[in-house]
Amino acid sequence: MQHTMTAIGDGVIRVDFAGEVSPQMNQQIQRYCRLIQGKAIYGVTELVPGYHTITLYYEPFEVRYNELITKLEKLLASSIGENIQEKGRLLQIPVCYGGEQGPDLHKVAERHQMKEEEVVRLHQEPTYLVYLLGFLPGFPYLGGLSPELATPRLQEPRANTPAGSVGIADAQTGIYPFTSPGGWNIIGNTPIPLFDAEKKEHAFLFRPGDRVTFYEISEAEYNQLTLKDMQSDLLWEEVISIEKENRSEL
Amino acid sequence: MEQELFQVMKPGVQTTFQDLGRKGYQQFGVPVSGAMDKFALQVANILLGNSRTSPCLEITLIGPNLVAKSSMTIVITGANLNPTCNGEPIDMWKTVRIEKGDELAFGKHESGVRAYLAVAGGFEAPKYFGSSSVDGNSGFGKPLEKGDTIKGYPITVASGISLASSLIPSYEKKITVSLVEGPHTDYFAKKDRETFFAVPYKVGSNSNRMGYRLEGETIKPEKVEVWSDGIPFGGIQITSGGEPIILMADRQTTGGYPRIGTVFSTDLPRVAQLIPGGEICFRPSSIEEAEEKVRKEEQFLHRLEQFRQHIERRK
Repeated sequence: MQHTMTAIGDGVIRVDFAGEVSPQMNQQIQRYCRLIQGKAIYGVTELVPGYHTITLYYEPFEVRYNELITKLEKLLASSIGENIQEKGRLLQIPVCYGGEQGPDLHKVAERHQMKEEEVVRLHQEPTYLVYLLGFLPGFPYLGGLSPELATPRLQEPRANTPAGSVGIADAQTGIYPFTSPGGWNIIGNTPIPLFDAEKKEHAFLFRPGDRVTFYEISEAEYNQLTLKDMQSDLLWEEVISIEKENRSEL
Repeated sequence: MEQELFQVMKPGVQTTFQDLGRKGYQQFGVPVSGAMDKFALQVANILLGNSRTSPCLEITLIGPNLVAKSSMTIVITGANLNPTCNGEPIDMWKTVRIEKGDELAFGKHESGVRAYLAVAGGFEAPKYFGSSSVDGNSGFGKPLEKGDTIKGYPITVASGISLASSLIPSYEKKITVSLVEGPHTDYFAKKDRETFFAVPYKVGSNSNRMGYRLEGETIKPEKVEVWSDGIPFGGIQITSGGEPIILMADRQTTGGYPRIGTVFSTDLPRVAQLIPGGEICFRPSSIEEAEEKVRKEEQFLHRLEQFRQHIERRK
């Protein structure tokens, strides 16, 4: 997959991949990120995956951009064919749709002239991909929403969207890690915490490149899960499974 | 030893702990946050012999009123908000000894926007993901409130250590900053790009730690659709209405507006100190020049740090 590397500011290099945004492109981005992170390159402070980019931050007083780009290009070229694929993670997220938990389900259904049950069914159908995290700490941007459910953002954003809210904005779906103002159409809520600040780098349920499915739970099941007051690790263990096969290498 | 340092009598409009920000968690959507003016924050720490990364209180336009609960050495850098101790003006950019019971206050705004108050030995401020920077949008800490007690680890260091007056930045109301163009240069017509670099913009009143909204000639992008990507401190995004926004310390990690350029990191302190209504002009420049300036600034701070260590040893 073709890419270009440009310094867009002092301390910022942008790796831009050519072509359509796709799960394959995302896989390539995750692969490059792992490769670069695995080498602990002098001067590089962090990487931020985007839909068709990697934004790489570096310390300009430790390394010059042109030296760094040469080094990175060499590293990427030498790694072609090298198998550094990690086993993919699949996360199965329980969601209580509609009612108090999903105040906008009704509106989304009305807009698309379908029954609420149909929206719920369509939302559970795909296996989504976490393209990136952004907007709020731990907020996953999920690609793969059925085009039939694409819905513009709320005209008036809510002052408070509760933690766990599952929403739709345009062609994307996502989950609010904590209560925050927001303009997404909220169709349900998950009792699984997305965020545990105590755990430092393992503080977030989602990682870029994860695959995600949703399954419906009843209000009673929802309440039971919230009442369980379980440690986030135990709940997380229940939703995360490691895929048996490595996904094909590009 | 942990001690009580200050009792907050009045909190000021927005007084928060800030350091150099959260690094390494942007891939999880955690904003960097940190001091808006990193130069003033680092100099404050260096003058006191603190680690450069120590948290300071970032004080915005209308400062707090604090009563000292211990004796300690402090320094105030950044914006001139006319700081006083028991009603007497105190020098800025200079280490000052204050005694238990002294009242620290801030008066009329003179220049700049954000002042930094540091204490020798450092403040005790809760850390979230390795940083004490308060970031309300992400739920990390909160601004000072009336009645709060500020704690820290005061140590005795030399007072009267100051930055040479020629080195103290002046905060103008009209500034020109340099930027590296891109990454979405081709989203804008040539004539609009020329306009952007030719006319001054005014800092809007709804500017904050997340971003500076600029008022002036609009430059509508020819395409608006941008897939979200990482956004740096100083990136200038253009809204679909054509209004430029300079992304500041509390920006989100990713954004979906086209960006016309990124302000030199060494020019960001002057942007951070530009008051609402102030004017800003942009000058296109090269990444080589930007990197050269960072290296020079880093050398300056490093030398200052070494010089400061030398003073302490000589005592």
